[in-house]
Amino acid sequence: MVATVPRRPTEGLGRPATAPRRRRAPAPTLSGVRGRSKAFRFASFLLGTLWLVVVLGPIYYMVLTSFRDSTQYLTANAWLPTGSLTLSSYTAMFHGSGIGTLLRNSAELAAGTIALVAALSLLAAYRIVRRGSRFSAVSFRVLLFGIAVPIQAIVIPLYFITTKLHIYDRMYGLVLVTATSLIPVAVLLMVNYLRLVPRELYDAMAVDGANQRTVFLSLVVPMARPVLAVVSIYAGLGAWNNFLLPLILTQSNNDMVLPLGLYRFATNSQYGINVPVVMAFVFFTMVPILVLYIGLRRQFVKGIGGFALR
Amino acid sequence: MATAPTLLGHNQLVRPRQPGSTARRRNLLFDVAGISPTLALYGAFLVVPTLFAVFLSFTNWDVIGPIKWAGFGNWSRFFSDPVAHHSLLVTFELAGLSWLAQTPLAMVLGIWVAGTQRYRAVYAAIYLVPLLLSTAGLSIMWEDLLFPQYGGLAWLGAHLHMAFLDHNWLGSQDLALFTIVVIIAWQFVPFHTLIFQAGRRAVPATLYDAATVDGATVRQAFWHVTLPQLRYSIVTSSTLVLVGSLTYFDIIYILTLGGPGDTTRVLAMDMYNTGFTETEFGYASVLATVLGLLGIAVAAALVRWTGFGSMEGGQEGIW
Repeated sequence: MVATVPRRPTEGLGRPATAPRRRRAPAPTLSGVRGRSKAFRFASFLLGTLWLVVVLGPIYYMVLTSFRDSTQYLTANAWLPTGSLTLSSYTAMFHGSGIGTLLRNSAELAAGTIALVAALSLLAAYRIVRRGSRFSAVSFRVLLFGIAVPIQAIVIPLYFITTKLHIYDRMYGLVLVTATSLIPVAVLLMVNYLRLVPRELYDAMAVDGANQRTVFLSLVVPMARPVLAVVSIYAGLGAWNNFLLPLILTQSNNDMVLPLGLYRFATNSQYGINVPVVMAFVFFTMVPILVLYIGLRRQFVKGIGGFALR
Repeated sequence: MATAPTLLGHNQLVRPRQPGSTARRRNLLFDVAGISPTLALYGAFLVVPTLFAVFLSFTNWDVIGPIKWAGFGNWSRFFSDPVAHHSLLVTFELAGLSWLAQTPLAMVLGIWVAGTQRYRAVYAAIYLVPLLLSTAGLSIMWEDLLFPQYGGLAWLGAHLHMAFLDHNWLGSQDLALFTIVVIIAWQFVPFHTLIFQAGRRAVPATLYDAATVDGATVRQAFWHVTLPQLRYSIVTSSTLVLVGSLTYFDIIYILTLGGPGDTTRVLAMDMYNTGFTETEFGYASVLATVLGLLGIAVAAALVRWTGFGSMEGGQEGIW
């Protein structure tokens, strides 16, 4: 039968991988060096806290404003929750923005992109890591080049090509293009992870008579689970928050996604003028991601860091 | 530094003997089967568009009519077009200012947050929040925060007697570009903080021990240990700031559309206007090609300086 599948590719390599919950050796701090003054520590603490305020300030303002109505917005204290707070902006948002369609479209885009990017990049990365032929080595180099191509530089041809292929203003067209823009980094992340799998594991399975399908499904996929989570977050964020590609590749309200819908709503002369409703809308689009972030912080860090963290 | 595997990690291991041409052919077959779907998408929506952008720059096309060959017409227009030159200038200004605003600050924050204190981990987790927000969402949030007279900042200005806070931040020719730089920094400093945090954590403690033994002061340890050890982080972060801001589009499109006047009209904005508003897709493709070349040139410099292609860098901060 099939050889036992270790949970982590680095087992036996002497390099702890992602889990079990990596409690890294405490990072060395400069405080090991003598002469660090209390004043210095305090100054850096102040700077860190100041940045925390800068990060949270605008978000706090947005959330607070979203619980006001348009009269209170003009009169009440802008930074303290004085006066009566109300949910009226949220009810107004649900009625005036067609948010149901937007949510559904964004979910479709994210789900489709995640599925496509995860499946394709895992399959490709597995073959690249196996180093079976020159084809895979050359493919990898070609794919890496894609990281350097700024998507802004190719939106005009993308518009042209999707029109010619009759996938302009179609959700699956948007999924295909969005996924492609994310694939180079996804492949790199996958390869970086899978290359830590000892070659002997594949060989052992081959000796046991496992075919390619079995090796992929019962060795590669289970082992790649941590990196699959990271790549899914990378792809999901890239799809959920994307503005440029939906702007270029969709047109009708039927295919409008959240960021674009939000932009149209905020610049709409009828609704955009009501700041609390707009703020409610902005906050509403953030909530799903924030909730996921609280649960999956480590995977988010790696997914956001992408290839820049190595 | 701990030894990290190279990108194609089995380099150091014994290369398996190729047991005959049948196996080799089967391997090739599996490779083609496994990688082709990815390559097909990649070719259709990344490689072909890249080449096509260059091709279009030698044509005239207005969407409705046919694509007409224009030779070097668009390119010679680019070299004598004051509008495009101004866009290039604004683009470089944005890139330079963004570097100044983001990289040093991110380095300080990253080093600080890399410390072991538990509350700093909490800080680090909160720092990341702007990266979770959509650009559209955070732009609109900032727009209303900065709104003259009614926005949150103007309110502070009026009630705390800080009149300097109440400006038409996005509508003033003098301020708009700086305001955009600040908003972009708000969004991306966390990303670069992450890079420096990982970089700082990868510095071996022994180096600091050695510095202590040699009697180094905090400042000396920073200049002679931390900074040199962070060189990959510095180059990576700087390059990504530069590539990112050379091609920047979203926040500017949402908040100023390149205005007021042409003060925030970067190259990407100019390209969008020329193409999708004025339907001069040939000339817009010249601007797009320039944009792409700028991005690729800076990215190539990154590969050069850091040996990115061979991935020699440490991985220990991450996996």
